[in-house]
Amino acid sequence: MNEDVLARVQKNPKFAELVSKKTSFGWMLSIVMLAIYYGFILILAFNPQSLGTSLSGGVITVGIPVGLFIIISAFLLTGVYVRKANTEFDQLTQEIVEEAKQ
Amino acid sequence: MMNRLLKRAGYVALALMPVVAMAGEAFTGEVKKAPLNIPAITMFFAFVAFTLGITYWAARRTRSASDFYTAGGGITGFQNGLAIAGDYMSAASFLGISAMVFEKGYDGLIYSIGFLVGWPVILFLVAERLRNLGKFTFADVASYRLGQTQVRILAATGTLVVVALYLIAQMVGAGKLIQLLFGMSYSSAVILVGVLMVMYVTFGGMLATTWVQIIKACILLTGASFMAFMVLASVGFSPEAMFAKAVEVKRIAAELMMTKAGAAQAAAAQAQASGAPDAAELAKKAADLTAEAGKAGKVNIMAPGGLVSNPIDAISLGLALMFGTAGLPHILMRFFTVNNAKEARKSVFFATGFIGYFYILTFVIGFGAIFLVGTNPEFKDAAGKLIGGNNMAAVHLAKAVGGDWFLGFISAVAFATILAVVAGLALSGASAVSHDLYASVIKKGKADSAAEMRVSKITTLVLGVIAIVLGIAFEKQNIAFMVGLAFSIAASANFPVLFLSMFWKGLTTKGAVIGGFAGLISAVVLIVLSPSVWVDVMGNPKGSELFPYKNPAIFSMTLAFVITWLVSVMDNSAQAQAERKLFDAQFVRSMTGIGASGASEH
Repeated sequence: MNEDVLARVQKNPKFAELVSKKTSFGWMLSIVMLAIYYGFILILAFNPQSLGTSLSGGVITVGIPVGLFIIISAFLLTGVYVRKANTEFDQLTQEIVEEAKQ
Repeated sequence: MMNRLLKRAGYVALALMPVVAMAGEAFTGEVKKAPLNIPAITMFFAFVAFTLGITYWAARRTRSASDFYTAGGGITGFQNGLAIAGDYMSAASFLGISAMVFEKGYDGLIYSIGFLVGWPVILFLVAERLRNLGKFTFADVASYRLGQTQVRILAATGTLVVVALYLIAQMVGAGKLIQLLFGMSYSSAVILVGVLMVMYVTFGGMLATTWVQIIKACILLTGASFMAFMVLASVGFSPEAMFAKAVEVKRIAAELMMTKAGAAQAAAAQAQASGAPDAAELAKKAADLTAEAGKAGKVNIMAPGGLVSNPIDAISLGLALMFGTAGLPHILMRFFTVNNAKEARKSVFFATGFIGYFYILTFVIGFGAIFLVGTNPEFKDAAGKLIGGNNMAAVHLAKAVGGDWFLGFISAVAFATILAVVAGLALSGASAVSHDLYASVIKKGKADSAAEMRVSKITTLVLGVIAIVLGIAFEKQNIAFMVGLAFSIAASANFPVLFLSMFWKGLTTKGAVIGGFAGLISAVVLIVLSPSVWVDVMGNPKGSELFPYKNPAIFSMTLAFVITWLVSVMDNSAQAQAERKLFDAQFVRSMTGIGASGASEH
C-alpha cells in the first residue's frame, strides 16, 4: 500500500465510521459471549445445585436447556455478526476502497 | 503385506484402563486388541482409496507454493467451515465426549461447551484481520511490521511444539483405537497412519488435506446424526423419556452395586467371625465395593458433577479452550484458504454451526448409550464393564442401532477422522519450517517457490517419521496431559503475540519475542509441576505437586500479556519507534483488505 492510498483512506470519514462500528460491534458481541460462558462457569463453580433442579417436575433439569441455549447462542451470535459484516460493513469497505483508488 | 500384518494380530488381553482425557482428545491406558473386523476394514480401505484418488486429483492442481499451503485460496466459506469443523471433530472428541456423557451425563455437555464458545470470539476479533494480513501462516500476521527473523522463530517454535504434542496424542490414540476396532497391531496402525498422512500432504498439499477433512466431516456428521436419530426413535422422540430411561438405568446399576457391596460386607463379617485367613482381604474388598457403590449412587447424570469444582481451575480451563483455539496453528492456517474476509467470516459461521450440532449429537449418543448399550450384556465383559472401555460407548451404540455394517462404518469413520486431523497438523508444521524458518529466516524472503515447496515436503516426511517413532515410543505413556498442554501453549505463546500485533500499536519485536517465550516456557513448566504430569506421569506421590491447578493458562497467558506489554513499553529503540509507525498501514489493511493477498497467484 503506498503512502497516498494510506493517507486517503485515513482521511476518509467513512473509514473512521467503519472502524468505530466494526470494533464496537465485535467487542460488544464478544463480551456477550464471554458473559454467557463465564456466567455459566461461575454458576458451576459456586452454585451447581441450581442447574440440577427439575425444570417442570420431570427428570429434565434446568441445566439441559441452559447448556443447549449456550450452544445455540454461539451459533446465533456468529450469524448476527456475519449478516451485519457481510452487508453493512462490506458495503462501507467497498466504498472506502473505491474512493481510495481515485 | 497388509494381510500378513493383519494375520499376525493375535488377541492380547491387557488390563483395561479407560480414561477420558482432557477433552477426550487422547486415549490413555492400555487397551486390548479386538478380533478382525471385516466390514470395518473393507469400509476403511474404501475411504483410503477414495481419499488417495482425491490426493491424485489435488496433486495435479498443486503447483505453486500458494496451492500447496492454501489450496490456491479457492476454498469457499461453506467448504472451509466444514473443514474447520472437521479439524475439531477428531476421533477422540467424538468417542471421548460421548464416553464422558455415557459415564457422567451432564459434565460431558459442559466440556463440549468450552470447546465451542471460542469460535464466536475468533470470528468477532480475529478471523477477518487474520485473512486480510496473512498469506500462508499466522506468523505472516504476527511478524507483519515486526522483526521477521525473531518473531518467525517464536511463531515457528510455538507451532512446532503445539503440532508435536497434538500429533503424539493423535498417533497414540490412533494406535489404540485401531487395535480395538480393527484388530491390527498397535505399531502397524501407527505406521499406516503416518504413511498415509505423509502421502496426503506431500502429494496433495492443502487441497487434498482440506478435501479429506471435508469428506470426513460429512460422513462423521451423517453417521452421528443417524445414531442420534435411532436413539430418539427408540424413545418415541421424547427427550423426557430418553433422560428418564437413562436415569433409571443408572439408578438400577447403583442399587445393584449396593446389593453386591452388602453381600460382600456380610461375607466379610462372617469370615471375621469364623476367623478365616482371608478375612482382612474380604473386608477390604467389601469396603472398596461399598465406596464404589456410594459413588455411583451419588452420580446425578442430569446435573453438574465434579468436573468444575475449583473456580480457578474452571476459569483457567475456559481460557485455555477459548483462546487456545485462536492460537492453534493448524486451525489458523485454514483462514488463508478462502478468498477474502467475507468468506473467512462465513467459514466461522458454518464451523460454529456444525461443531455445535455435533456436540448436541454426542450428547444424545452418550445418553442413548446408557440405556441401549449399558443394559446389554453383549457389550459387557465378565466384570460388567464396557468392552474396550467407556471410550467405546459410541462404537457399541453403532452396533446396537445399526448392526455389523454400521458398526464397520462408524469404525472406519473414526479412523478416517484421525487421518484427516493428522494431515492438517503435518501441513501446519511443514509450513512453519518451510515458510517461516526456511524462506523467511534462512533465505531472508528470497527463496524461490519451488525450493520452498521442496523443503516443506521434506519436512512433512521428517514429521511423519518423527510422529511414527514418538507414537510407538509413547504407547504405554500417560499422554492425557498433551492436548491440554497444546491448548495452554497456544493460548499463552501464540495467541497473545498474534492478538497484540493486530490490536496494539505499541507492540515491538522485543516485547513480542520475550513475552511469547515467557508464555511458552511458563505454560510448559507449570504443566510439568501440575498434578497431571508431576503425579500422573512422573509418579511422584499424590499431593506433592508444586503447582496445584490442572491448567496453567490463567497464569501463563496473563504472564505473557504482562511481559509483552512491559517490554514493549520500555523499548524505545529506533527499531521500536519505526515498528510503531508501521501500525497505521497495517491497521488500514486489516480493516479494509487493501493490499491483502488474493486468491490464486497464477
